Amino acid sequence: MTTTMIFAGSGGQGIQFSGKQTAKTAMHQGKNVTFLPSYGPEMRGGTSNCTVVISDGEIGSPSVSSPDIAVVMNLPSFDKFEPKVKAGGLLVCDSTMIDKKTARTDIDVLSVPASALANDNGLSGFANVILLGAIIKKTGLFTLDEFLGLLIGGIPEAKAALREKNEKALKLGYEF
Amino acid sequence: MKGNEAIAEAAINAGCLYYFGYPITPQTEISEYMAKRMPKVGGLCLQAESEISAINMTMGAAASGARAMTSSSSPGISLKSEGISYIAGCDLPCLIVNVQRGGPGLGGIQPSQSDYYQATRGVGHGDLRLIVLAPSSVQEMASLTAEAFDLADTYRMPAMLLADGALGQMMEPVDFSLFEKREVPEKEWAANGHGGKRKKNIVNSLFIDPQELENSVMKRYERYKIVEQKEVKYEEYMTDDADIVLVAFGITARICKSAIAAVRKDGIKAGLLRPITLWPFPKKEIGALADRAKAFLTVEMNMGQMVDDVRLAVNGKKPVDLYTRTGGMIPSVDEVEEKIRAMAASL
Repeated sequence: MTTTMIFAGSGGQGIQFSGKQTAKTAMHQGKNVTFLPSYGPEMRGGTSNCTVVISDGEIGSPSVSSPDIAVVMNLPSFDKFEPKVKAGGLLVCDSTMIDKKTARTDIDVLSVPASALANDNGLSGFANVILLGAIIKKTGLFTLDEFLGLLIGGIPEAKAALREKNEKALKLGYEF
Repeated sequence: MKGNEAIAEAAINAGCLYYFGYPITPQTEISEYMAKRMPKVGGLCLQAESEISAINMTMGAAASGARAMTSSSSPGISLKSEGISYIAGCDLPCLIVNVQRGGPGLGGIQPSQSDYYQATRGVGHGDLRLIVLAPSSVQEMASLTAEAFDLADTYRMPAMLLADGALGQMMEPVDFSLFEKREVPEKEWAANGHGGKRKKNIVNSLFIDPQELENSVMKRYERYKIVEQKEVKYEEYMTDDADIVLVAFGITARICKSAIAAVRKDGIKAGLLRPITLWPFPKKEIGALADRAKAFLTVEMNMGQMVDDVRLAVNGKKPVDLYTRTGGMIPSVDEVEEKIRAMAASL
């Protein structure tokens, strides 16, 4: 069983973080994982994306042209990756940032106004974590507890506020 | 862990105490990691004023008998080429890492394999070879770094780890214990002063007398011959019954594996030979496959460089086809799959 995912959005939205956290959690499940970032100018703004492959077996290519799951957080990313989602796959959108709807009928869509939810709940900058919560619920790839444990496990005790915000955002998405 | 970080950590584990670098995308994480870790293990990480300085500092450290390394990406390796030739001429072991990006010139910053010729043919002037290792996963970025130091010390010659931007930037789990350490010879030649108690060693690559120079080159080539006999490394994947044998190294080999798995579902017998050492090249092994397989396909991220070595090894026995992307483009699994299907249809 292999799951391929692409996360895409603007630099600064936490795209790379979302991908890394997903790969890390799968690694802790004992799966084989690869995380392939886009690098270079993306780090300084502009579009950013990364590819995560999770598998029970050996992973061949770490780069993927048609993913099982595409997570898009801005319009250019929607335009780029919406046509590429594998038939029967899942498209996850931050609907605050993307006012378009897909015309495809062969894919599943999870639309979450993540940026608006973040702003309304004092979680500005955590739209990516809200989306992660929603993805976990929808796909069942991970349990909320295992994902949350690794998400906040890396944050030092001294930054309690950061822990709280991550937890709140993940749960907000999970319960959406 | 990132591929670049895995190289740095593996080098430190292998006892490398001297790292000299100069930043360039996509390998700067090696410098960054070294800067953090080296002082903690009593080593030295130094950002030189240029690539040329960095390679010459590496030569100096290697001459003293220490494990030393430098790293760069394609344009930076071109700058280092003079120093690499001197290191080879001085018979010094060290590690040179090239995390390749697109070329020629400043090229781009996306992954490439277009320094194959440079690494295996012309990395510097003169009759010389480098042991060239081509990792294909983050795990191999670590284990082949450790192996490269041992090989360099064993044969008293520089070794190169030839990776690419994708391997440098991607993250995968890595286990640093997955590596068999070798017994390496004492460095009796080291120019370390010997505490003034013995005759001083001199490390030198200048021989004005041509006969003397010929002798020194011949002696070096005897060692190269042993490397060719004993140190060829490769991986075979589904080649047992393969009609079409793909040859690819590094990240491209993984894309080929995915394509092979896909076409196998439709009964197309394809397999892969992945050279792990690019020099010495697995020519005997490819030659043996040429007796069984019907056709070869080389897949590379350049305009076709390794294909020359594949053709030499196949020696006209079977057709050798080529699929390439270049300039920082990574071939997709679909593209390779399509190429294999087209070949299978015309077999």
